Amino acid sequence: MENTVLSIEGLCIDARAPILQDISLAVRAGEIFGVIGESGAGKSTLAMAMVGLLRAGCRRVAGKVTLSGQSLFDLSQPQLEQVRRRKVSYVAQSAAAAFNPFYRLGDQVTELAALELGTPAAERRKMAADLFRELQLPNPETFGARYPHQVSGGQLQRAMIAMALINNPDLIIFDEPTTALDVTTQLEVMRLIRKIVTARGCGAIYISHDLAVVAQLADRLMVLRHGKVIETGATRTLMETPQQDYTRALVANKTTTSPAVQARTAQPIIALRDFAAGYGGVSLVQDISLDLSAGHITCLVGESGSGKTTLARAIAGLVDVHGGTATFQGKPLVPRLEDRPRDARRRMQYIHQLPDLALNPRQTVREAIGRPLAFFAGVTGAAAEARLRQLMRDVELPEEFLDRYPGSLSGGQKQRICIARALAADPEVLICDEVTSALDPLVEESVIQLLLRLMQQRPLTLLFITHNLGLTRRFAHEVAVMQAGRIVEFAPAETIFAAPREAYTRTLLDATPVMERGWLEARL
Amino acid sequence: MRDFIVSRGISGAVSLFIVTLLVFAGTALLPGDAASALLGQNATPEALEAIRRNLGLDQPLIWRYLAWVGHAAQGDFGQSLASGRPVAEVLLPRLGNSLLLASVAAVLLLPFAIGGGIAAAIWQDSWFDRVLGFTSMLFLAMPAFLVGYILIYVLAVRLGWFPSMSVAPLFGGASAWAKILALPVISLVIIGQAHTMKLTRTAILAVLATDYVLMAEVKGISRRRIILRHALPNALSAILSISILTVAYLIVDVVVIEIVFSYPGLGKLMVDSVAYRDLTVVQACGLLFALIFIGMNFLADLLALLVNPRQRVPARGA
Repeated sequence: MENTVLSIEGLCIDARAPILQDISLAVRAGEIFGVIGESGAGKSTLAMAMVGLLRAGCRRVAGKVTLSGQSLFDLSQPQLEQVRRRKVSYVAQSAAAAFNPFYRLGDQVTELAALELGTPAAERRKMAADLFRELQLPNPETFGARYPHQVSGGQLQRAMIAMALINNPDLIIFDEPTTALDVTTQLEVMRLIRKIVTARGCGAIYISHDLAVVAQLADRLMVLRHGKVIETGATRTLMETPQQDYTRALVANKTTTSPAVQARTAQPIIALRDFAAGYGGVSLVQDISLDLSAGHITCLVGESGSGKTTLARAIAGLVDVHGGTATFQGKPLVPRLEDRPRDARRRMQYIHQLPDLALNPRQTVREAIGRPLAFFAGVTGAAAEARLRQLMRDVELPEEFLDRYPGSLSGGQKQRICIARALAADPEVLICDEVTSALDPLVEESVIQLLLRLMQQRPLTLLFITHNLGLTRRFAHEVAVMQAGRIVEFAPAETIFAAPREAYTRTLLDATPVMERGWLEARL
Repeated sequence: MRDFIVSRGISGAVSLFIVTLLVFAGTALLPGDAASALLGQNATPEALEAIRRNLGLDQPLIWRYLAWVGHAAQGDFGQSLASGRPVAEVLLPRLGNSLLLASVAAVLLLPFAIGGGIAAAIWQDSWFDRVLGFTSMLFLAMPAFLVGYILIYVLAVRLGWFPSMSVAPLFGGASAWAKILALPVISLVIIGQAHTMKLTRTAILAVLATDYVLMAEVKGISRRRIILRHALPNALSAILSISILTVAYLIVDVVVIEIVFSYPGLGKLMVDSVAYRDLTVVQACGLLFALIFIGMNFLADLLALLVNPRQRVPARGA
């Protein structure tokens, strides 16, 4: 094909089991080719294969990778290194981990110029400054003198894109470059990527698990699952007329609205007034006034560092309260968890973001869920067994899982176990701290549906912390927007999304990618 | 940075205080005392009593402890109970001998063990790595004195290359010294390298598994440059700590090795003094060993801090 920069033909890679099976694709100069898939789909292995790299234990069984006319797996190691230095660049997910902590950013960004062209230091500083300016980094002249730990995550991500541009590559591989970023930073990086590809005319691969992001950027899309290509096509065609069930599920997941639970009473179950909390003497959240209506879902949204988790943990009694009042069903809420009576603790349960860390790997599911049962309800023996089985049915897991260890369960299953453990206490309020952020989109959707069903079966109030505004729009009754430790706007969900009052809320909403065509273009 | 030095200084002082307690309690708990050791089996109770009063052994324990610490803080460790000479005078030449032995061993051991560890990490799972892994396991499992005796049997008794004892005249030229030092040094290197090599290998492997090393590989940087420029500097703080702790461990091994070879160092002095109930010397030796160990640990932490840009450069500078 004319001006193809990368082509992959029938690539198969095995570790012990097949990781990639019969992958074929071609990327032209000037286009962004999107690769979408859930965890375990083989995205990273594919990205590495594009630069001719196989991780330890991986073996290429068949197939060919051709980059800028050279068949990578037929080259000698020095030749391969030369192709990597001159023809291709890679932008990794975690910029913080991908920069060497020992060297200044400028030296790392221009390392290839020094190696390939022997560019003197003064000239390299200028090159770096020009790139930093192009990527809208602050103080481009001196930015390169900083160490990686001295700049923010968003700035590091842009510095890594600068590093990717230094060798004027034919192809840039973006491997989940915005996954770790806040929505507003994500939008900036998306804009930059689009601009760079248009301006430089290079080809780009954009790998992500977030369909809304890929759909905005990519000209063509490949859906990858369990190491196999499900579907490839022009982004528009794929989004509008998906051919495969899996693609249909991915697309549908983002466009339909699920029915929200019926609102019960509007009496606040938890009420905060001028509430402040933090660690040591420093208040991380302050001036918080918030009502959680019984039976409602209140979403707490905001960028990382805005104090969402601190506020939730303060309500749960895990953070020092510095001032204001908090009531639970009209009665004062004791600040410290240790000082709360057992029954007060029972009424409020906390579910964490990472079920891997929240479950003891040496405890069976039965032990994990049985403990709150015995502790809060005093249920043991046959009665406990019956309750355990019921809880497993409630979270839609087979009863056999009771004897399993967390290690043998998937991420979604583990999170269901954590939900069952919280339910075992028979709580009235569930605090969910980013409980679906670590899950793949379809799994996330199933956990959300589970929570909605549980709320229909029992009187539960949800405080749901998330940075996912798409999700919030679909299922929140009320939304509290946090910024820098304060609630900037608190209103019913319809109001927030239809007529946001605060500029910050509007910025957040505007930066959240949606599947609409032309969304990114409108923001360039 | 200053906070770090202050906090480590305080914790070092606390450790030292605890060590003084332990050393003092340990010597006080030894069966028999200097008086009975000095006078032997046939001493009369009156004579024992006189000597005890003379040496201050009849004072309460806590009083003796305070007096000892107070004097030690001024560099006065009292007089040797066995010889009557000031302890410092007995100690210093022995300390010099021990330091000579330990430093010669360290100079030979560190490059060899660290180089071996780096090579083992680079060629992970190769035959080289496996052989090195096996031999270090072997020597790690072997007690120090056994290594010493095996060397004596093979190199001294069978082959006759070196003297089996290191007590030959300690004056004379460099060649005389080399002959005396050879076997103890070889033993120390063999014992110490296993530990150091394994730790270095682990430190390098941890750095080689990082994202930034993968990034360098994807950028097309040569293997050689990745190891020398991207991996090693980041393993440097770990390697420095390992090296200094190796030296600290060497000083412990020195005690055993000095006994095996009858080398006139601090370790041999300490053990001999225990036999003679020369408690003032034992206490001073114990304190000196602890001081060296604590000092080494402090140095290790400080150097690790100095080579790490994250610690050296504030987070939001420039």
